[in-house]
Amino acid sequence: MSSWPLFLRVLSCANNKSKGKHMSDLIDDPRMGANEPEFSVTEISGAIKRIIEGEFSHVRIRGELGRVSFPRSGHVYLDIKDDKSVISAVIWKGVMARLTTRPEEGLEVVATGRITTFGGQSKYQLVIEDMKPAGMGALMAMLEKRKAALAAEGLFDPARKRKLPFLPEVIGVVTSPSGAVIRDILHRLRDRFPRKVLIWPVAVQGEKCSHEVAHAIEGFNALTPGGALPRPDVLIVARGGGSLEDLWGFNEERVARAAAASDIPLISAVGHETDTTLIDYASDVRAPTPTAAAEMAVPVRMELLARVNERGAVLSRSITAGLTYRGERLRDLARVLPRPDTLLDDPRQRLDRAADRLPNSLLHLVQKKRVDLSERAGSLRPSVLRARVISDQRHFGEQAARLGPSLGRLVTRKRDRLEQVIPRLRLEAVKRDLVQNRRNLDDLTRRMSAAGQAQIARLGDRLSALDRLNETLSYKATLDRGYAVVRADSGVITSSAQARDAGSLEIEFRDGRFKIGSAQTPAKKTQNTTPEQGSLF
Amino acid sequence: MTDTPIDEMTFEQAMAELERVVSQLEHGDVALEASITLYERGAQLKKRCETKLKEAEEKVAAITLDGQGTPTGTTPVDGL
Repeated sequence: MSSWPLFLRVLSCANNKSKGKHMSDLIDDPRMGANEPEFSVTEISGAIKRIIEGEFSHVRIRGELGRVSFPRSGHVYLDIKDDKSVISAVIWKGVMARLTTRPEEGLEVVATGRITTFGGQSKYQLVIEDMKPAGMGALMAMLEKRKAALAAEGLFDPARKRKLPFLPEVIGVVTSPSGAVIRDILHRLRDRFPRKVLIWPVAVQGEKCSHEVAHAIEGFNALTPGGALPRPDVLIVARGGGSLEDLWGFNEERVARAAAASDIPLISAVGHETDTTLIDYASDVRAPTPTAAAEMAVPVRMELLARVNERGAVLSRSITAGLTYRGERLRDLARVLPRPDTLLDDPRQRLDRAADRLPNSLLHLVQKKRVDLSERAGSLRPSVLRARVISDQRHFGEQAARLGPSLGRLVTRKRDRLEQVIPRLRLEAVKRDLVQNRRNLDDLTRRMSAAGQAQIARLGDRLSALDRLNETLSYKATLDRGYAVVRADSGVITSSAQARDAGSLEIEFRDGRFKIGSAQTPAKKTQNTTPEQGSLF
Repeated sequence: MTDTPIDEMTFEQAMAELERVVSQLEHGDVALEASITLYERGAQLKKRCETKLKEAEEKVAAITLDGQGTPTGTTPVDGL
């Protein structure tokens, strides 16, 4: 550090001053070390304080904020550090109020201030008079962090956004009272729809900016409707373009909170379109430029007038058309509506005609009926009836006269037939039939018996003849003459070969049958052992 | 139909009501009596809209503040 030689030089100066008192000693006694002055602790502390505070009365220190504490007193105590060293620092309450950057641990800052020493504890510290983030990166990092925190609180929720009034009566503008911004806004308002404008003058950059802007938003909201100062229906917070640092006031938490808390719908128009500050997230609408904010705040008067007139014209046209239509329709209907007289003409004529015809037709009807009646009544005389009665009577009498004789005739006829039948119904004839039939029966019985006897005798003769023939023809007769019949189980044996094969033989003679070979050896064995014996038979 | 008296309507309310009345009269099969009533109401609404549009007075004032930043009044602003 370049300050060190200086420090040594100043220290040696102080040494020289105190040496003045002991100048003779210094000369008389050149012994090294012996003439070194002695300081009291307070003396040396004071000397150090003078030198340090004199030499470091205005320094800029860049470093990262370490521990930061905010005691109740309002002063802020913090550490500024780099990778090797640390220096204590303090921000007095008064200074703190106008700082644009709120100290936060981890923020890289450039702090401006003076070094003071504190002899009572052999310590030194930096008394900060101003502190700014160290460059864009640090600012942006802090801004992102702040934005995230506020977003997490829900400050930027779309649901919180209020709708802008269609046509505000009073517009509150928070901006610098001088400069292009207010002029742009007023010009555009004048073009579109001149309104009452209340300007709340604020600093739009610098240390006081955020404080004043937040205060202005809160102040407008605090106005009571209909009070001495008219409460605006919409607010515009505007500022022209500038560097990030210039616009920084609108990134402050306090401003964002005030904008979010505003009951009056708020349009933010800070910087150019590309600059987005924190208030833009918290506002109800963000306008890219102050001019655009004015456009959003009010509609175009002439357009509205045109619209009103157009609607008015449609209104008149509609009512006129409605009336015209009804009128025409009425006339049309009236035209086709006939006059009452003509309406009655036809029926009246019909009535007349009918009335004319009524008496005649009645007479005609009566006459017709009368003719009818007389036609029918003409043939209706007592003689006719009488003639008819007589005729009927006569007819009846004839019928009655024929009734008795015809019954008598019928009875007589039936009786005659009965009497004709009765004589034929005699017992002798029946008896004769009976005797004849019995004779026939006896005769037939006799004939049948005789025929039966003859038949039996004839059949007996024939049978004995046949029996005799049978006896003659039977082999049994030959048996008497010495012949025999040889049988085996299979039947009559007619050859010697059959006799050899048969197991046993039965020989029938005239007087009976005789069995041979039945209890002897089987036929085969007999054949084998005694072939010659067969010839014995 | 809103209950707000026409004289107390904002421009937007009056305009919306006028639109409604006009479209009803234009399209609806409104009875004659009702159509005349609608027309009269439409005419009043149109007048209200025109009145609100005529109140296009520019008046610019800046708020004056005391030392504590509290508003104390206004001063007219001219020439901007």
